[in-house]
Amino acid sequence: MTIFHFISAFFSDSAHWHGYDGIPTRLVEHIEYSLIALGIAGAVGLPVGLLTGHYGRGGNALALLATAARALPSFGLLVLLFVLMGLSKLPVLIPLVVLAIPPILVTTYEAVRTVDPAPVDAARGMGMHQAKVLFQVELPVALPLILSGLRSAAIQVVSTATIAAYVSFGGVGRYIVDGLYQRNYEKVVGGATLVAALALATLGLFWLMSRFAVSRGVRGVRRP
Amino acid sequence: MISIEAVSKRYPDGTVAVDGLSLEIPDRSITVLVGPSGCGKTTTLRMINRMIELSGGRILIDGEDIQHKPVNALRRSMGYVIQNAGLFQHRTIVDNIGTVPRMLGWSKAKARERSMELMERVGLDTSMAKRYPYQLSGGQQQRVGVARALAADPPVLLMDEPFSAVDPVVRRGLQEELLRIQSELGKTIVFVTHDIDEAIRVGDMIAVLRTGGKLAQYAPPDELLSRPADAAVEDFLGADRGIRGLSFFGTEQLPLERNGIVAVDATAAQVAERAADLPQLLVVDVDGRPLGWADAARLRASGARNDTAGLLASGQTFRLGEDSLRVALDCAVLSPTGWAAAVDGEGRAVGVVSQEAIARAIREAHGRRGTAPVDVGAAR
Ligand SMILES: Nc1ncnc2c1ncn2[C@@H]1O[C@H](COP(=O)(O)OP(=O)(O)OP(=O)(O)O)[C@@H](O)[C@H]1O
Ligand SMILES: [Mg+2]
Repeated sequence: MTIFHFISAFFSDSAHWHGYDGIPTRLVEHIEYSLIALGIAGAVGLPVGLLTGHYGRGGNALALLATAARALPSFGLLVLLFVLMGLSKLPVLIPLVVLAIPPILVTTYEAVRTVDPAPVDAARGMGMHQAKVLFQVELPVALPLILSGLRSAAIQVVSTATIAAYVSFGGVGRYIVDGLYQRNYEKVVGGATLVAALALATLGLFWLMSRFAVSRGVRGVRRP
Repeated sequence: MISIEAVSKRYPDGTVAVDGLSLEIPDRSITVLVGPSGCGKTTTLRMINRMIELSGGRILIDGEDIQHKPVNALRRSMGYVIQNAGLFQHRTIVDNIGTVPRMLGWSKAKARERSMELMERVGLDTSMAKRYPYQLSGGQQQRVGVARALAADPPVLLMDEPFSAVDPVVRRGLQEELLRIQSELGKTIVFVTHDIDEAIRVGDMIAVLRTGGKLAQYAPPDELLSRPADAAVEDFLGADRGIRGLSFFGTEQLPLERNGIVAVDATAAQVAERAADLPQLLVVDVDGRPLGWADAARLRASGARNDTAGLLASGQTFRLGEDSLRVALDCAVLSPTGWAAAVDGEGRAVGVVSQEAIARAIREAHGRRGTAPVDVGAAR
């Protein structure tokens, strides 16, 4: 038996395509957890990163926080919160948010801080308001880097969201946890394949986004 | 008129960048701030549009204190051009140029039309309108920078080393372009450079600053070259300031030897009519354009006889009345005979002049300067 047999067996079993434990349901759950976590992390990380980057202050504090957050083991945090808070979605979401904030925050800060100062100087010198300088001069140029931060956050969240299954929530992690428990390796491999597929889909999505959201003038500069 | 009155700038770390500087910057002319690195040129310029707040003194524009104006309104009334152009790389050239008009609420179409007009004005092909900055050369980007600063037709233009990031040939072209645009638009321009040659080329008035942000001298370029205020300014102007000062003298007064020219098909008899005391004659073609120098004695013996093989190269020539004494002297120095050939607008030879005659003319011109001021504009 090779891994491909497991995969084909898992996906060809029609029982896996229906019901509350079917692949569509599990995928939707997984995406839901990931989106909520990423949404919260973005809502915190983007504005803070943009502002600190724009004013060029707070970089050290940010780096410190980010390192600390990175050092937290997601799984340990999950178990701890589960014990403390009981059965709710929060113990699942908090580790994911904690995981996603550092890459978003740090890259956004770095992206804005390292924007060429000359156009910013020119923009201020022509009487452009602060907010416009940030959103119309710095952001468009910083966008590729900001998107790459969001992308690595998204990939980490999508892969880590499997841990929700350990505390009896859904998502494709369900197959892995249940499969391990039932010694059903077909299920384990199927679940892992779905996680990998989601990660790849995330990559594709971000590639498309940077295609459409980033100006040709900025993309051109990055090519040698 | 921009009046800088006893302005000082002390940075938070204690550096005194500008110290009690007073300058009257006349309207519709180019005033250059020049001086060694770190003497406070950029600081002074940026205090005019309040990118840097002053720590003492005041700056008035047409009598109104800039502190009393809303800062963004003040900046929109002044074009601002910086060293590397500082273009917005995510915007096309038209959109870059149209930035301030759009900020002022112009319609897209009107801003676009204005951008196109400005591209032409600064010598850019309008087919580049849809390009992005990375698709332009450094010199072209700088032109876009100037166009962007001119977009809303501000009366004042502040330029901080706008041409120093491009190579000397391109820089020359941009300087000439600036002078041409200025002759059409008549802006009040404050121009910062650390290059004294550039200052002399573009400036109507030159303020030389010294380290510590003090004014060393404020004068028109010819006066600066001929009467530096002190040894430091003299040193800054360089060893050849006398030669460079000749740029401000015209060639109209040069005593030309109009008889020193002979046609390539002239006979010995015709040559004999030429000035007998000249050691060599300038041989010209049938249209009167210089071909080269020939030994006068040989020509008198045999005529020119269409013989161009034995001629010494005529080298560079100067346009009479248009080129400066500096160019004429340069021609004479470079000439194999020590004589310079003067031509008219069509390139036809009108006369020849020796190094000695040019040197005499220079002494006379310096003598005249005391009484009659030199027309600065004519020298360019
Ligand atoms: N933000 C700042 N804080 C402290 N000192 C500063 C600051 N900006 C400039 N200076 C100092 O003020 C002095 C004048 O600086 P400025 O930039 O005006 O010089 P400059 O004449 O434009 O020089 P350059 O030709 O090199 O551009 C320098 O000694 C510089 O180090
Ligand atoms: Mg400077």
